[in-house]
Amino acid sequence: MALIQETDYGTPHILAKTQVTLEIDGKPVTVPAGTSIMRAAVESGVPVPKLCATDSVEAFGSCRLCLVEIEGRKGTPASCTTLAEPGMKVRTQSPKLARMRRGMMELYISDHPLDCLTCSANGNCELQDMAGVVGLREVRYGYDGANHLQPGKDLSNPYFSFEPSKCIVCSRCVRACEEVQGTFALTIQGRGFASKVSAGGTDFLSSECVSCGACVQACPTATLIEKSVTEKGQGDRSVVTTCAYCGVGCSFKAELKGNEVVRMVPYKDGKANHGHSCVKGRFSWGYATHKDRILKPMIRAKITDPWKEVSWEEAIGHAASEFKRIQAKYGRDSIGGITSSRCTDEETYLVQKMIRAAFGNNNVDTCARVCHSPTGYGLSNTFGTSAGTQDFDSVNDADVILVIGANPTDAHPVFASQMKRRLREGARLIVIDPRRIDLIKSPHVQAQFHLPLKPGTNVAIINALAHVVVTEGLVAESYVKERCDVAAFELWRKFIAEERNSPEAVEAVTGVPSADVRAAARLYATGGNGAIYYGLGVTEHSQGSTMVIGMANLAMATGNLGRRGVGVNPLRGQNNVQGSCDMGSFPHEFSGYRHVSNDAVRVSFEQAWGVPLQGEPGLRISNMLDAACDGTFKGLYVQGEDIVQSDPNTKHVSAGLAAMECVVIQDLFLNETASYAHVFLPGSSFLEKDGTFINAERRIGMVRKAIPPMAGYADWEITIKLSEALGYPMHYSHPSEIMDEIARMTPTFAGVSYEKLERLGSVQWPCNEKAPEGTPIMHIGSFVRGKGRFMITEFIATDERTTDRFPLILTTGRILSQYNVGAQTRRTENNVWHSEDVLEIHPWDAENRGIREGELVSLTSRAGDITLPARISERMQPGVVYTTFHHAMTGANVVTTEFSDWATSCPEYKVTAVQVQPAKRLSEWQEHYKEAKRRTTQILSQTGAD
Amino acid sequence: MNAEHMIHNANQIALYFSSYPREEAVAGVLDHLKKYWERRMKDQIIQYVAQGGAGLHELVVDAVKRLDVPQKHATPR
Ligand code: SF4
Ligand code: SF4
Ligand code: SF4
Ligand code: FES
Repeated sequence: MALIQETDYGTPHILAKTQVTLEIDGKPVTVPAGTSIMRAAVESGVPVPKLCATDSVEAFGSCRLCLVEIEGRKGTPASCTTLAEPGMKVRTQSPKLARMRRGMMELYISDHPLDCLTCSANGNCELQDMAGVVGLREVRYGYDGANHLQPGKDLSNPYFSFEPSKCIVCSRCVRACEEVQGTFALTIQGRGFASKVSAGGTDFLSSECVSCGACVQACPTATLIEKSVTEKGQGDRSVVTTCAYCGVGCSFKAELKGNEVVRMVPYKDGKANHGHSCVKGRFSWGYATHKDRILKPMIRAKITDPWKEVSWEEAIGHAASEFKRIQAKYGRDSIGGITSSRCTDEETYLVQKMIRAAFGNNNVDTCARVCHSPTGYGLSNTFGTSAGTQDFDSVNDADVILVIGANPTDAHPVFASQMKRRLREGARLIVIDPRRIDLIKSPHVQAQFHLPLKPGTNVAIINALAHVVVTEGLVAESYVKERCDVAAFELWRKFIAEERNSPEAVEAVTGVPSADVRAAARLYATGGNGAIYYGLGVTEHSQGSTMVIGMANLAMATGNLGRRGVGVNPLRGQNNVQGSCDMGSFPHEFSGYRHVSNDAVRVSFEQAWGVPLQGEPGLRISNMLDAACDGTFKGLYVQGEDIVQSDPNTKHVSAGLAAMECVVIQDLFLNETASYAHVFLPGSSFLEKDGTFINAERRIGMVRKAIPPMAGYADWEITIKLSEALGYPMHYSHPSEIMDEIARMTPTFAGVSYEKLERLGSVQWPCNEKAPEGTPIMHIGSFVRGKGRFMITEFIATDERTTDRFPLILTTGRILSQYNVGAQTRRTENNVWHSEDVLEIHPWDAENRGIREGELVSLTSRAGDITLPARISERMQPGVVYTTFHHAMTGANVVTTEFSDWATSCPEYKVTAVQVQPAKRLSEWQEHYKEAKRRTTQILSQTGAD
Repeated sequence: MNAEHMIHNANQIALYFSSYPREEAVAGVLDHLKKYWERRMKDQIIQYVAQGGAGLHELVVDAVKRLDVPQKHATPR
């Protein structure tokens, strides 16, 4: 595909019901009321010269290049700031306009370096284009006068440079940072000739900048430009694809030169991101070609042996024969597999198919187990679907936004920008979180309520909110009567109204003042459209599923479901965690969340796949590891996951893996789990294959192959090879054929095809006969399960209690610049923002223990201990400490325990009782890790020892 | 799975359902075990209950008494 140049309409798209018709250069044009003349002109195919306008931000009207003449009006108004009116007659070209535009350009160019031929933006610079458009032929002022040609470059940001001498002070960057990103890091300092762009008076790296790149994209000149473009030159083709990091699922144009990515530019037509991105998607793609990539299959007999590079045939043959040997010796159920939330839907579907059909058991699980499995349980039991209820754009209609246990500015940055825009427009915000997350107070955003609960008391708080709704007469009675199971509601109403659920009664447990809880409940119930957004702070608890149910109850009781602006919305972690669940990655269900014991469904798969299938659930990841320690589970196939680093209680995970006889890892890198593997199959990155990802709003987005697989095969091809070697051949020549099978076998995907995805760009499931173009908002008119079902949510404190020995609570989380286990982001320049995991601790707790900023501390729980540097922070409440698990060497999960959600076994990452003490050296585990890592990752190259 | 771990898991399930009327609660626990527990785990808890079921919530004990393990469908390859 050639390089895609999207049209810049100059000013944003307007949503309005009434239309106006005007005439531009003699042609009638009809646009929504409120549209600028500039946009109307561009939409009708008449380009208007412009510099300071771009359609991602509101018009500003400073460059005066877009002047037009309007019949019957004096002067030459700027078309970007003048709105189209009915009957207007506009002229975009006249000798007078041409003269004026040339004059403007002359001024700009007289203060601009004339190094176009060697400039990185040459050929892709709007200033250059406009000089051509207005026919600038000479600059009369000379270049000797006062100018801005001197100041040096700011190269502090690892991904883009800022060269002020090229700046035309159009303020597009400033407005992009404010309006698109919502960070307000940039300002125009000074006035008139002295005005200049400034990152808050410091360099970009030290500023508030979060490196989203919106300013770079908005800049019409080379002032702000990607360093990759400066280094490699501009791309010559684009491939539209989907980000492989988080569950927002931003759409991107990968711009390439040959087979080398030059830059990633967020795609304006992307319905999840509307042309915006965060630092990870836009800039942090260097891992894909990092030198650590393993490109040859490898095997070894023992995990202490060095790896030996072998052919694909040998590696696949070895894996298959080992699996067959193990099954012959220990029984059919002695092996299993883990699907990846980073791989495509098609790949995930194939892995679970191989396990069910070729392994002949249901021992398949996925990393959603450790993040959002309670979402599936809670929402399917109450509403009937295992997914969020809204599309992202729904937030634009929300009046009260309730954020629970989520940190969107770090973990879902592009959606956070959209949410912040809505908050700046006046929507009100309630945050329920033990930490003072950034969203609570950021430029022009201030939460009405922050309920800083003690970790582990979510259910007590949600019950208290519901108690207020029920006892203060705020229930949406007619909604409940019409839409919900009334008997279940009455049972719940009685339970929730009990005094022990009141804000006053739970205050001692939650630590949140009851008056705040009451006020927040009233606001959510009566403030207009109430929308709940939540993250892993809800799910990763021993009562994760109960809490999801509690939020569903609250939304139903207040009638906040089934239309725009409301809903219960999980902010899902990994790019394809929704898809991996949808595809049947759990041991108890087929694609589309249908239980394996459902005879009709199972028979349909038996017929399609030509083999008998088991009707009993298989093992979850944690159970596989338990069974391995018991000696009944001996072989594991893992596609694109790193359970040693990501799963709780590392020592238990390692022991389970070490007890297995054949572990097959398919990944980009020798990850932590690979230290326990016997076969390594080199996988492919998202740039190297076709397929689809499904984001947190159930949106199926296309992933398109931009470069050939570096190790020779896409992941789906590798699974097919393994399945064939196991004696169960699968016949697909392209992922589209896999999607066709998914559509045939799964009612909620019945209408999905690559042809449709190509045509519509993306589609949200359910997509079938009833909703051929997909379903942005669920449960309109009635719930998927029929009547909405209230369920009782008794608060039960976790068994993980603080004691004299472990008096603090550890909670874990994520940060913006690193992603999950860090396998990708640690192999990029993102390390400048976060080079190690640190322990955040409140000043009181630090002082009590004699801990100083930056010094090493030991973090000990009953599961294990690690050492890491301390960061003293008031974002924590006293008694609570916080860390991330992005770095393997830190081993945060050595400390987390095996306690988990009662319903889904989702680990209780958010609550671990710990002690923190000053330390001098690494913990024993960390020392052992260093040594073991060295021993288990040696590769014997074909030419000799490594 | 080690017995302590199994008891903890099963009791957590019982605690959730214990706020429902007794019949519904037993049915809830039973349904949960059927839907989500793998054969090995079911066998283990059935055996454990047969041996007295020490430490198990009474709802679990009652549910497990009604837990029948179906014949497997597929034949090994
Ligand atoms: S990169 Fe993003 S946050 Fe940083 S200055 Fe530019 S727009 Fe603002
Ligand atoms: S840096 Fe670019 S976008 Fe910002 S004011 Fe200068 S020219 Fe305009
Ligand atoms: S918000 Fe998520 S999907 Fe979008 S660019 Fe960032 S990491 Fe990628
Ligand atoms: S584009 Fe309208 S004034 Fe600059």
